Amino acid sequence: MQPLSSRSKIVSNKTMSWSERLYIPAILAGLKVTLHHLFKKKVTVSYPEQTRPHSKFYRGRHVLKRDDQGRENCTACGLCAIACPAEAITMVAEERQKGEETLYREEKYAAEYNINMLRCIFCGLCEEACPKDAIYLTDTISTSGYNRDTFLYTKDMLLEGALPETRIDIQARRKGQREGAM
Amino acid sequence: MTILVFKILLVLVLFLISLGVAAYSTYSERKVAAFIQDRLGPNRAGPFGILQPIADGIKMIMKEEIIPLTSNKILFVAGPAITMITALMTSAVIPWGPSVTIDGMKVPLQVADINIGILYVMGVVSLGVYGIMIGGWASNNKYALLGAVRASTQMISYELAMGMSIIAIIMTTGSLSIGDMVTGQHGTWGMGWNIFVQPLGFLIFLICAFAECNRTPFDLPESETELVGGYHTEYSSMKLGFYLFAEYVNMFISSAIITCLYFGGYHFPFMDKVSAIMGEVPFAILCVMVFFLKILFFIFFFMWVRWTIPRFRFDQLMNLGWKVLLPLSVLNMLATGTIIVLNS
Repeated sequence: MQPLSSRSKIVSNKTMSWSERLYIPAILAGLKVTLHHLFKKKVTVSYPEQTRPHSKFYRGRHVLKRDDQGRENCTACGLCAIACPAEAITMVAEERQKGEETLYREEKYAAEYNINMLRCIFCGLCEEACPKDAIYLTDTISTSGYNRDTFLYTKDMLLEGALPETRIDIQARRKGQREGAM
Repeated sequence: MTILVFKILLVLVLFLISLGVAAYSTYSERKVAAFIQDRLGPNRAGPFGILQPIADGIKMIMKEEIIPLTSNKILFVAGPAITMITALMTSAVIPWGPSVTIDGMKVPLQVADINIGILYVMGVVSLGVYGIMIGGWASNNKYALLGAVRASTQMISYELAMGMSIIAIIMTTGSLSIGDMVTGQHGTWGMGWNIFVQPLGFLIFLICAFAECNRTPFDLPESETELVGGYHTEYSSMKLGFYLFAEYVNMFISSAIITCLYFGGYHFPFMDKVSAIMGEVPFAILCVMVFFLKILFFIFFFMWVRWTIPRFRFDQLMNLGWKVLLPLSVLNMLATGTIIVLNS
């Protein structure tokens, strides 16, 4: 019969020779292997001190962006929530009042914006769906927690600061996306 | 009187050293395991994780102590105690260094240089099986009982071959005292070690020592993959700690005995020239250090083998013990006897 692949092997039922049945040469060979590993470079990354290098457009924790005048970009249109395959995003929209023009860029804004990080799969579809450049995934690694409540990220945790020095830079990610598209 | 004080001091120091070495064996076991598996091992408690054994000890003591309702309570408590006591008792007859002069008398660095030292060791080691057997039986748990039965069969089987390989050493030395066995290995340059005279005996003794300590590849009594935890399944808190700790004390003591019987104890090459230069006490300290270096190597060897060879199946274990090691050790004994008779 023709073999299905070239990788098939004929099973060998040969009995071991006397020297093989002593097992001692085999054990010594095994000891040599383990001794070699003793001096090998360790693969462990001691996480909090060292981090594994990742690409510029790594998809980590989300950020809600502001525009260059410090106003929130998000208009609570809900496209990110619709795009989200894990249904992790929920929001409550609110109308902008008079005198709040310095806080929100457009007439509508998100009063509440929650991401359940236990549901989030970091696919980045929210960022693709957003027409207002409001939500981005940063290269910050999303932290772990001791109970479920700590994974419910609210708007104040996600929103970047209004001051220029507290802004979160996502230029690398934007550029990376452009490179990826090319 | 000063000799008595010296001996009591020696007992205390040995007790602390045994416990200290055992504690740091748990640390180095984890480190060696990690390094062989290309990991880093414990490195959070103190620099390089040096304080790990202390953290482990505190953890063990703080754990809830559970005595199963259906167990035999007295025996359940007695089990780990017997194991620990027998593990610590063996160190009494091991010569740690050459004699030093106190009050004009030559006193060996040994708690008791009894003339049947090696028999004492064999006796105490066989007592150790009771700790495991009692603990496993008193737990009233089938896994614990199976583990205990395995442990006792294994220890009894391998004691035979171990005893036979020791007989060959007794014949070449002509004495049962471990002190005499060590001084007998002085040779011309301090290299008349028994390993060169009895390589087969050494191999048998080494394999049996692994089996007696319940170390991989002979760790069937506590094979966690098939027997939950073996004989200590029902144990928790410091009682479990005692069982685990006794294993490391046993490892330390068997390394010391292997060194004494086959690797010349505290002897090292050109020791006569060194002792001519140095004073008596510094030389004794140097000898003790050499002895400990050899012991530490064997402790490392125990760990090295653990992460190299997989566990035996029970029938393989029995085959090796009864059909291979026992005949080989008898053959070794007969050959040694024949050579001694022919030479005399």
